[in-house]
This record gives sequence, C-alpha cells and structure tokens, in this order.
Amino acid sequence: MGTSTDPFVVFSDVQKTYDGEILVVKNLNLTIERGEFLTLLGPSGSGKTTTLMMLAGFEVPTHGRIEIDKVEVNNVAPHKRNIGMVFQNYALFPHMTVEENLAFPLQVRKVPKSEIAAKVERALDMVQMPAMGKRRPAQLSGGQQQRVALARALVFDPKLVLMDEPLGALDKQLREHMQIEIKHIHERLGVTIVYVTHDQSEALTMSDRVAVFNDGIIQQLARPADLYERPENSFVAQFIGENNRLNGKVTSIGNGACTVAIEGQGQVAATPISVRDAGSPTTLSLRPERVRINPEAGQYPNQFEAEVQELIYLGDHTRCRVSVLGNANFIVKVPNAEGVPAMSPGQKVRVAWKAEDCRALDAF
Amino acid sequence: MSVTTFDLVQSSLKARLRRAERMQRLRAGLLVLPLFLFVLLVFLVPIVILMTRAVDNPEIADNLPRTIEALAEWDGTDLPGEPVFAAFAEDLRETQKTKNTGLVGKRLNYEISGARSKSLQAGRAAEKMESGPYKEAFLALDPLWGKTETWSAIKRAGSPTTSFYLLKAVDLQWSPAGEIEQVPPDQRLFVDIFIRTLGISTLVTLATLLLGFPLAYILATLPPRHSNILLIFVLLPFWTSLLVRTTAWVVVLQTEGPINNLLLWLGLTDEPLQLIFSRFGTVVAMTHIQLPFTLLPIYSVMKTISPSYVRAARSLGAGPFRAFWTVYFPQTVPGIAAGCLLTFILCLGYYITPALVGGPSDQMISYFVALYTNRELNWGQASALGAVLLCATLILYAVYNRLVGIDKMKLG
Repeated sequence: MGTSTDPFVVFSDVQKTYDGEILVVKNLNLTIERGEFLTLLGPSGSGKTTTLMMLAGFEVPTHGRIEIDKVEVNNVAPHKRNIGMVFQNYALFPHMTVEENLAFPLQVRKVPKSEIAAKVERALDMVQMPAMGKRRPAQLSGGQQQRVALARALVFDPKLVLMDEPLGALDKQLREHMQIEIKHIHERLGVTIVYVTHDQSEALTMSDRVAVFNDGIIQQLARPADLYERPENSFVAQFIGENNRLNGKVTSIGNGACTVAIEGQGQVAATPISVRDAGSPTTLSLRPERVRINPEAGQYPNQFEAEVQELIYLGDHTRCRVSVLGNANFIVKVPNAEGVPAMSPGQKVRVAWKAEDCRALDAF
Repeated sequence: MSVTTFDLVQSSLKARLRRAERMQRLRAGLLVLPLFLFVLLVFLVPIVILMTRAVDNPEIADNLPRTIEALAEWDGTDLPGEPVFAAFAEDLRETQKTKNTGLVGKRLNYEISGARSKSLQAGRAAEKMESGPYKEAFLALDPLWGKTETWSAIKRAGSPTTSFYLLKAVDLQWSPAGEIEQVPPDQRLFVDIFIRTLGISTLVTLATLLLGFPLAYILATLPPRHSNILLIFVLLPFWTSLLVRTTAWVVVLQTEGPINNLLLWLGLTDEPLQLIFSRFGTVVAMTHIQLPFTLLPIYSVMKTISPSYVRAARSLGAGPFRAFWTVYFPQTVPGIAAGCLLTFILCLGYYITPALVGGPSDQMISYFVALYTNRELNWGQASALGAVLLCATLILYAVYNRLVGIDKMKLG
C-alpha cells in the first residue's frame, strides 16, 4: 500500500457489545483505502461479521465512529449508505425473477426504465449469465445464484461492496473459480471490497490486505505474503498456514537475535518479534517448509537430532512427522526433488533451520 | 441371438424387481389401510349419504304405491277417476296398519300446508270405508281431495327421488304448471341465510387477518424465549372448550356486563349498548375463536423467511416500508392464503357461537341444518342445505385456487 493513502472507510475506536457485558468488538481502529480489497479473516465469534454489519448499518456501534468517504455514518440508515452487499445465503428474492432481482436496486433509485434494462443486461454479462434473466432463483444452481447475487450488489455502481462469506456454500472447485472471478471483477471495476471469510486460503488468494480477527481485536493487518512470512503473534502464525511450535524461555537477546532455551532439550537461535527481555516465556514459530533434513554440517545455526515418526507421501512433497526437542508433532515438508534422502519411520535424522525463519513470538 | 438373451435377462430382472418390491408395497398398503378405512367410513360415506338424502323421497312412493300407479295414467287436467281414489283408500288402510299415515301426511304437508291433519283424518276414514264409490266419500270428507293441485302434488311427491329439497334450499319450487319458480316472497329464507353465512365468514376472516398478521410478525421476529411465551397466549383458546369460551363472551358482552359497565362509567354512552345477541357479538366471539387458525399458518411461513431478505433489500436501497412491502410481504402470501382459507371454511360451519351470542338475524346456515335435523325431523331439507353449502364451498375453493393457487399454499 505504501504511503500514498486515500482513506475511504475509517473505523475509529469502535466498540460493540450486544448484552452490555461482553465486547464483541474491542477498540477497533481500521482504515480501508479507496479501491482496496480488504478481507476480515478470523474464526467464528471473532467479531469480523459484527464489524461488517456495523459498516453496512445493520448494527450500531456502542462506541466510536465509522466514516465512509469522510462522512460519519453511525446514524445513517442502511438504505442510505449506497453499499452493495452479498450475503452468505445470497438472499435473492425468491418471488422475483433474476431480472427483477437486479432491477430492484435501480427501481428503488428511480432509474428510468430503458436504462434499467441496459444496466441489468450489462450486469448479467459481467457475471457471465446472459439469457438467464427470466428464471427464478430456485431454478439456478448455487454457483449461478452466487453470480446473480454478485451482479445485484454491483448493478447500481456502489463505491463500496461488502461480502459476507459469499462462497461458503459452494464446492471447492467452484469456490476457487469464483475467487478468481471476484478478484478480476474487483480489478476491472476498481470498487472497494470488504470481504469476510474464515477460510485463510480464500483470504490469501483474493486480498490486497487481510485483517486477522480474534477475540474482537485485529491481531494483524498486513498483505497476504507478510501475514504468512512474518506473523506478528502466535495466533496469526497458528491461524495462517501450517506452523511448528516450540515453547521455551529467552536466555539472551540483542542485535535482532535471541537464544531460546527449550526446557531440558537445548538452545535455539531465533529472531525476536514480540519478546523484549531475557527470561520471558516465548513460543517459537517455524514453517514446515523452512526445515532441512540432514544438511551439510555448519550451514545452519540450529541443528538437532530427530527421529522420524511418520511419513505421508503427497506427490510433490512428503510430510514428515518427526520428534525433536521434546515435540513429537514437528512437521517437516520434504520436497520431492533430486538429492533428497529417502527416509523410513524410526530413522534418526538431523533437522536444521535458520535463525531468521524461527520467530520468537508471545507465549501461546 | 445376443439380443434375445439380453431381452430375457432384462425381463427377468424386471420380474425380480417387482417380486422384491411386492413385500414392501404390501407393507406400505397395510400401514395406510386403517386410516383409509377410517376416512372412508367417517368422511366419504356420510357425505355420500347426505347427498342422497337431499334427493331421496321414499315417503309417498313406499306408502302409497297403488295410488301412484293409478295416477300414472292421469293427465292432470281434471280430477282423477274412481280407480285412483280406490287405490288411495286401499293404500291408506295399509298405512293405518303400519302406522305410516303420519309420515305421508308430513310429506304432503311440505307441498300443501295443512295437509297433515287432513291426511290423518282421511286415514281414519279409510279404515271405515267398506266399499266404493270412494271418490264421493273422500270428496265429502274434505274439499282438499277435490282439488286437482292436491293430486298433482301427490303425483309429484310420488317419484322416488325429488329436487324439492334442493330447490327449497335456494328458495325455488316447482309451479303447478311444472316450471321452476321462486317461492312466494314471504317464504324466501335460505338465499338470505347463505349470503349472511358468507358475509359473516368473510368479515371474521378479515378480522382475524388484520389482528393475526402483525402478531404473527412479532412472534416470528422476537427471540424464541419471548415468542414462546406469546405463542402460549395465542394457543390458550385451543385448550379451552368452545362452549366455555362462547359462554365467557356471553358474560362479557351482556347488557349488565363489564364492557357496558366500563362504557357507562367512562361516560362514553348513556345507556347500555346491545353487544350481545347482535352481529357485533357474533363476529367478535368468532374472531376470538378463529384467530389461531389464521395466525399459525402465517407464523410458520414467516419463521422460514430469512431476515437476510429484508437486509438485502435495505442494503440495495429500499426504505423499511418498501423492503417490507415488496420483499417480505409477498413471501408471506402462501401463509395468508392457507390461514384465511382455513378460517373461512371453518366459519361457514359455525353453529354454537352464533346460536349463543347472536340474535335471530345472525343465525348461520348450520343453525337451520340443526333445526331441520333435530326439531322438524325433516332430514331431506337438512341434507339439501348441507349439500348446497358443500357445493358453495367447493365453488369458492375453485375460485380461490384460480386466484391464489392451492399449490402455493403452505400450512407450515
């Protein structure tokens, strides 16, 4: 995103509680750039959908303010916000045809009849559903309903489009196809999209930035690559992608490096991310594909004896579960490439990794 | 060669499939059988019997067979000849023995008022008649037997089936000339009562819809904890006897009852209003009883409408009213259709409530069905009224099906 900012949606100190006791959203500060594709990612109950509903106007923030295009919208009714929305179950009106569904937002806006027909046709073309206008939603497949819902949210040219887990009901193949299609539509139209999902691969595929929610707080807001490569806390490291964890205590820290003692097992060289002082507890996070098996001696600062527990052949790579440093669920992804040694369960191997790939995060 | 083998295999496969499924079909049939027999015995058979009763006409045909036979030759212009009177005398002697003269008299009384007592008198006289000429004897007995109309009425009533009751049920009759005509104005009754029955039913249906729709909406949108309590209040009338509820309305609506006392105390009226034994009381009590029938189908349909539809409409730019009217309401129509049809048809058959709470001009068709069944013992007329009501209901149902479509209806 860089420094050239054009904030379009701004959440300032937003809080939300339903029962007056538990904050579902705790002190949310979030700026969404114009034309950005931002995904709110998190487990259920993390506050991501509540955030979306506050933006759409169906929930009122208990505290704080929400601005769209520099106008506070806290008390603006949903139908006056000019936001397109795609719902989880599509919410296509069952008693109207596809065309009538698409014409609905235009009729409400008192667009002339001739213009409505043209816009409806264009929207159906955009989602590759021409000649389906006379059908009813019940006569369409899930994927087709999804496209119509998308077209309906875009047909009146809103500046902001919200999507609440729109692909959740589709099968895997169709879902991946629609992800790319939505991404392309976003690139072509340049609208701002706020997308809610609990599927991390969906978030990584589509988004410019991802806000990872947990417990009503944004844990990390970053580009997909940063989120995976540089998680800032244990939750994000665990939630995004696969992750090996090692619990220990910092013994020395300084110069962007630290040493962590795994109790009774040994010392690990790591990169300090959220630890400050020697003696503080930490969880080390290490991606399985960053671990080497039996490297040449002296290449890696971290080298440990391990025992192979289980091998799962997956074609392009082999998942190898080893026990190392007292952790019996340590996963190593071994690429199916030249020069990789064959292994068998029970075999003793050496595993090694770089200090940069091993991030010392908050104790999990 | 191979084709024949294939066909053989194919046909034996089908036979095997049939054999495999026979047991299952038999079991399914046996499970349905008790209900089928029950419906047949307590629903279809009574309706068929009712329909036949409406046209059944055995009294004269069974008891005056000789007279009817003798009348067959008669052209109806002059008084019939001696053979008819002789046959009549013989028939009457027979009915005196079987004690059926009263039945004959009652049936003749429907056609000619006053014929009952004169038939009984003729029966007693016939026993004493040793020999003819019978014609003079009967003419001397009463001028009734000297009228051509009497004999044409007997001839008409002598056929084993009759349209008399059905025509009477819609205020029509056969004229002496053999044409269908309206009954004299002072005897016209049933058409007005049918119209009244339909009118009260429509009024009650509309009232339950107006009261029930908003309530159903609240029930469907409240959190379950609250809506369950409210639903119990709605269902409460179901758990109370109809008679008790109707009697309660009598207490509430009477001239010295709480409503009138309240109105007097508030100074809204100077003298007690006629709330009971009036159309108002009938409609109020019936609305109270019918409310759950209209409400529940609407409620169960509303429960299935996801709140995301209205949200979608709002997000697309529709105001609260427009979102409700163009998106929510059309989806409730199947429930409204089911609830209103149910209430309307049940209202058509109301008997106890109008009888207790209504005045003489608020009685519905069932009151007259009961009157003819229990008091007048004229089952032909009672059946004819029932048959006409059934037909009217079926016609309304067909019209309704055209307008709304029964397939769109949802009871839940």
